[in-house]
Amino acid sequence: MFDNIGQITLLFWRTVLALPQTWRQRQKVFDQFFEIGNASLLMVCVLSFFIGATIALVTGPVMVERSLGSAVGGVVGYAIANELAPVMMAILIAGRIGSAMAAEIGSMRVYQEIDALRTMNINPITYLVLPRVLAISVALPMLVVFSILVGWFGGAVVANFNHLMEIPFQVFFADLKDIVQLEDVVHGLIKSFFFSVIIGIVSCHQGLTTIGGPRGIGRSVTKAVVNSIVLVVFTDYILTLVLTHFSHR
Amino acid sequence: MNTPNGKSTGVSLVVRGLRKSFDGQEVIKGIDFTVKPGEIFVIMGPSGSGKSVLLKHLIGLEPADAGEILINDEPITSPEIAAKYRMALVFQSGALLSSLTVGENVGLYLAEHRLKPPEEIARIVAEKLADVGLKDVLHKMPSELSGGMKKRAAIARALVIEPQLILYDEPTSELDPLSSIVIGEEILELNRRTGVTSLVVTHDRDLAFGVASRIALISEGRIVTIGTPDEVKQFKNPLVQQFLHADFKRES
Repeated sequence: MFDNIGQITLLFWRTVLALPQTWRQRQKVFDQFFEIGNASLLMVCVLSFFIGATIALVTGPVMVERSLGSAVGGVVGYAIANELAPVMMAILIAGRIGSAMAAEIGSMRVYQEIDALRTMNINPITYLVLPRVLAISVALPMLVVFSILVGWFGGAVVANFNHLMEIPFQVFFADLKDIVQLEDVVHGLIKSFFFSVIIGIVSCHQGLTTIGGPRGIGRSVTKAVVNSIVLVVFTDYILTLVLTHFSHR
Repeated sequence: MNTPNGKSTGVSLVVRGLRKSFDGQEVIKGIDFTVKPGEIFVIMGPSGSGKSVLLKHLIGLEPADAGEILINDEPITSPEIAAKYRMALVFQSGALLSSLTVGENVGLYLAEHRLKPPEEIARIVAEKLADVGLKDVLHKMPSELSGGMKKRAAIARALVIEPQLILYDEPTSELDPLSSIVIGEEILELNRRTGVTSLVVTHDRDLAFGVASRIALISEGRIVTIGTPDEVKQFKNPLVQQFLHADFKRES
């Protein structure tokens, strides 16, 4: 992966340079955006509900035991907004959408479709990479907002119905409102934006550099997912450091 | 070669001392040839002789290690200069974009560069598809076409550019003999009608001798001989004779 960091950075820069072409590529951006939404929404829903539920299940009984039951909403809400929703959604999208991007572009590369674009003087970065990166960088933060809300709801349901907690919805959400600030949600969205660009660029790069026929496409898909997740986790640490430093808490 | 209105649209092509290596292995070992405007020049040779790599250099998909390519006597030193000339490559596989319909594929160049309004593009696409004998395929996906139809659709896509130089990479590979004849006739007809300079890379002897104004025989990255089909047939080089007369040996 580290051999390719230079190439990935170059692809990112070329994609930035292609941004003025966004309006001309808007139809492709919309198509990709709806494809990402359609492919991911149900999974985001299920995953987020159970993330919230699990966090409540793990932390709730211990906190109730120590008479901190009223803080469960805050803990669950803070963890989901700041960390779990952006990272888990990024991992989900890397597996679901990043892999599809790498496979589609990789197949186009192997079957000379990208060469055909170049012979028609159509820039593959403008035609293929830009719409995908833009679509994912809008879709992922939106999915993260959705994930945060569903995750909070999942936590509240478990906190309410689990016999070890039995925390009323009003108490759960009142505490969540006290602890979680808009800034926390914004931090989650900032992270998700960075993650989306990483997933988009890394996956497209893997697709564009695919060699070796169908086996090569398989290798590219694996690399796209693994490299995206590694970079997401690394970037998450750096962003958490930076955002915590500038936090108003 | 002149068009019916008497005006040649093709360009001249000169290749001098072209060399290319991959991972230390020299694939093209100093190739020189000239193609005249409006000519159908065939590069023939066995598989793995460097034909397709040579084509990629001509269209700017691969940079050469050494040598130069001149179009209308202008050295092609950058993609910008290459873009001045309308060149099209018909890929061996057709290379139609699998996510687009045949019509969208054919009109892609015009649509992406916003060269014509959509209704004009639709008219041109229908016209070019008709030119290559394809009807009722406008809304079909490439996966629904046969191998021969894909190649004809790829030719239609190339024609939309109104090329001055059209390059064909193994246009009859994977085709049955009848479809190969149709493609060969298509190449001749386009050349006659538009005066486009055509460069055909193939290992199909029937196609080569059927369409060529001149033929270059390439082997192991070098040109062995260049001449008219009759001259090549007379050439005594054992490699040439072996390639031209290769056939099954069956006991009666």
